Amino acid sequence: MSKIKNKSLRESYNLKPGDFNTERKPTWCLGCGNYGIWNSLKKTFVKLRLMPHEIVIVYGIGCSGNGANFIRTYAFHSLHGRALPVATGVKLANHKLNVLIMGGDGDGVGIGGNHFIHTCRRNIDMTYILHNNKVYGLTTGQTAPTSGRGFKTKSTPSGVLEIPVNPVSLALICGATFIARGFSGDTGHLLDIMKKAIKHKGFSFIEVLQPCVTFNKINTYNFYRDRIYKLEELKDYDRSNLNEAIKKSMEEEKIPTGIFYDIDRPTYEDGLKQIERKPLVDHMIADIDINRLLNRFY
Amino acid sequence: MKVSNISWKIGGEAGFGIMSTGAIFSKIFAKKGYYVVDNNEYPSLIRGGHNAFTVRVSSNEVFSIDKDINILVALNEETIKLHQEEVIYGGYIIYDEDSGDITEIKKARKDINYIMVPFSKIITELGVPRIMINNVSLGASVALLNYDLEVLRNIIRDIFERKGPEVVSFNIKSSEFGYKYIKEKLKINAYELEIVKPVNKMLLTGNDAVFLGAVRSGCKFYAAYPMTPSTSILESFASVENDYNIVTKHAEDEIAVINMAIGASFAGVRAMVATSGGGFSLMNEGLGSAALTETPLVIILCQRPAPATGLPTWSEQGDILFAIHASHGEFLKVVLAPGDPEECFYLTGKAFNIADTYQIPVIVMLDKYLSENHFSYERFDFKNITVERGKLLTRSKDIDAGYKRYLNTEDGVSPRAVTGIDRGIHIANSDEHDEYGYSEDGAFNRKIMVDKRFRKIKKLMEEIPPPKIYGPTDAEITIWSWGSCKGPILEAMNILNQKEKKVNLIHFTYLYPFDGESIEGIIEKSNKNIVVENNKTSQLAKIIMMNTGYRIKNKILKYSGRQFLPGEIVNGIEQIE
Repeated sequence: MSKIKNKSLRESYNLKPGDFNTERKPTWCLGCGNYGIWNSLKKTFVKLRLMPHEIVIVYGIGCSGNGANFIRTYAFHSLHGRALPVATGVKLANHKLNVLIMGGDGDGVGIGGNHFIHTCRRNIDMTYILHNNKVYGLTTGQTAPTSGRGFKTKSTPSGVLEIPVNPVSLALICGATFIARGFSGDTGHLLDIMKKAIKHKGFSFIEVLQPCVTFNKINTYNFYRDRIYKLEELKDYDRSNLNEAIKKSMEEEKIPTGIFYDIDRPTYEDGLKQIERKPLVDHMIADIDINRLLNRFY
Repeated sequence: MKVSNISWKIGGEAGFGIMSTGAIFSKIFAKKGYYVVDNNEYPSLIRGGHNAFTVRVSSNEVFSIDKDINILVALNEETIKLHQEEVIYGGYIIYDEDSGDITEIKKARKDINYIMVPFSKIITELGVPRIMINNVSLGASVALLNYDLEVLRNIIRDIFERKGPEVVSFNIKSSEFGYKYIKEKLKINAYELEIVKPVNKMLLTGNDAVFLGAVRSGCKFYAAYPMTPSTSILESFASVENDYNIVTKHAEDEIAVINMAIGASFAGVRAMVATSGGGFSLMNEGLGSAALTETPLVIILCQRPAPATGLPTWSEQGDILFAIHASHGEFLKVVLAPGDPEECFYLTGKAFNIADTYQIPVIVMLDKYLSENHFSYERFDFKNITVERGKLLTRSKDIDAGYKRYLNTEDGVSPRAVTGIDRGIHIANSDEHDEYGYSEDGAFNRKIMVDKRFRKIKKLMEEIPPPKIYGPTDAEITIWSWGSCKGPILEAMNILNQKEKKVNLIHFTYLYPFDGESIEGIIEKSNKNIVVENNKTSQLAKIIMMNTGYRIKNKILKYSGRQFLPGEIVNGIEQIE
């Protein structure tokens, strides 16, 4: 998490979740998992005493991306699959900001899969919340890269022939330093994960299992409730053990949630001397002397 | 023989330092005030294959290389085979008999001088690495030109200083050997260049000039994926990140590149990317995102022959129609095409100001010829590049409550708040949106927002200068061209002028938006209009046709992957007549 600029202002300010509402009302289907994520996130900001203007959320395209209209922070509603590089640019230009990314499964591990791999290994201090409903909702019900094998959709009427991408396993092998899974039907647990993810220094990744009540009749609230358990309930689970985390992330019969992996590693920004003293955006650029550079060309 | 102008060429196998040797030769003369243009030809591989480097040196202003070579340095037999045709009557070829028997090849040109310099033997005698053959050849060339060896010594010292005195001394010694071999052993005195005003001139490529212009303009975020011929800009930025507080990001692909730059620009810094056609194809999607979110962005497009991988290390102007039409949908962008490094420098500064003032993407087009070849200049006056950021809001106190990011203003430009200030909260939205930035697909709103964005064109057009006219206004022949063809055309005009033919050039550096009205008069008045372009389909002629309805029928086109030589343009014009 980034440094807070105006601590006194912060403390005097009595933040409420409602302060993060815009004038627009959510357009998600009744019962959509997005409501759980939306509520948990707003509460997380309040708990962390983050002001709306200190946060930038970059959204992908999809039902989750439409959330850009419903959460009051700085927002960039980017293209399908491109939220991660946009967020990277924002963070490198002004690393004092708290940067989050919200996108769906198609966005993150389908069309934007390459960016996901490289953003994980970069370990930039941002938090990526991937909404995984295992179906394409906004385009009205086609298969997703996270859909189970055999899943019948409008684009795969005979059933999906591929096996699904496991976003948590992928994040683990690609080098993210905080990796968790939450469930939109358990907002208290999700809030706790979000809080820790945002506080984590480095790239934090949360996969949120999120039922799509309209287009996915398999991965429902009850489907998850029957299978989910919490890693916190295991006595000797070691969050710094990568091999253990990968093994856990591959479990299918029962679905682990909670924090799989949490380690400290220098962030990308830590390696950038040029932003040690102040963010790029704070530099004066009105009259830069390039005499030294011109001398190179003699 | 006293001359005002000589062309020198070195050729050999790729991977043997041809490029750096050529660059040193250029430097020797720029240091003393001569006008220098060079041309580097190499294949897309690291070892093997043929490399050639041509340098033209003149005591008068020159704008491009020429076909005729005075001195050819052949580091292998193949160079003689490939290039002896280019050597002029009475010219010289320096070669080493150890690199192959050329008795047969020589018979083809009895009118030129073959000078055997035993490079290999000299290197063995000196006990220095083989790569130093390059220095021997430089020393020999300097001697043939009756030039000052001390200038070469000083440059060698500058370049190799950091590698220690031993390396410096090996390099200098080998160049001295080459020099003495010509002067004392062979006693040849080939040419002597006319004296010029001694000014220490810069030597830089179009890419160097873009880089300098961008740093001066306050570019703080530069992202790229290596792609010839744009790569040197990435390396230049990476080398100054700490000195000038710039973040340089070599990203995973060009899609990430453009989106990172958009993110950085949204957060308030000046951001730039560079690529070639293939990377620009990937960036098309992001270009539209910059347009709809009204995020300023500068894109450098260094063209190379395409489609697909094409000719990676050669030159073409094939992407102008692609650039002006790039990305889906209708939106305002600006496309610039500098004709030489000096224009690259100032137009990069202009590109940033236009991008910020109008909150639009600006594309600056170069090509391999301009990107990678050196031209000599007196020091740029960088104070001529100023920073204009338009309606950028950086302080909360300047923002009223109820801030609208996409306020529907008279000039179409809305005040843009940087991220992180409390009153400036907004959504930059790639969905069509209302004035606040909220997604909005209503018919009424759509029209208002499209009109708002296009309304910027009115003020923008006032800033766009008409094409520059070179040569007499009452010419018999008018050449129409753009970008890097400028140099060879100016040279061709000099030749035609000597033949008492009145020719002028209308050269476009601002290609889009295109002010058709400003040129209609010129087209109608001219007896003969000819387009000269480094492409197959005369794309500028199409743009002129689109904007004026006037069809220019005469075309001189070249699409072999090589830039025009002046003589080719002269011939083309004479044929049309």
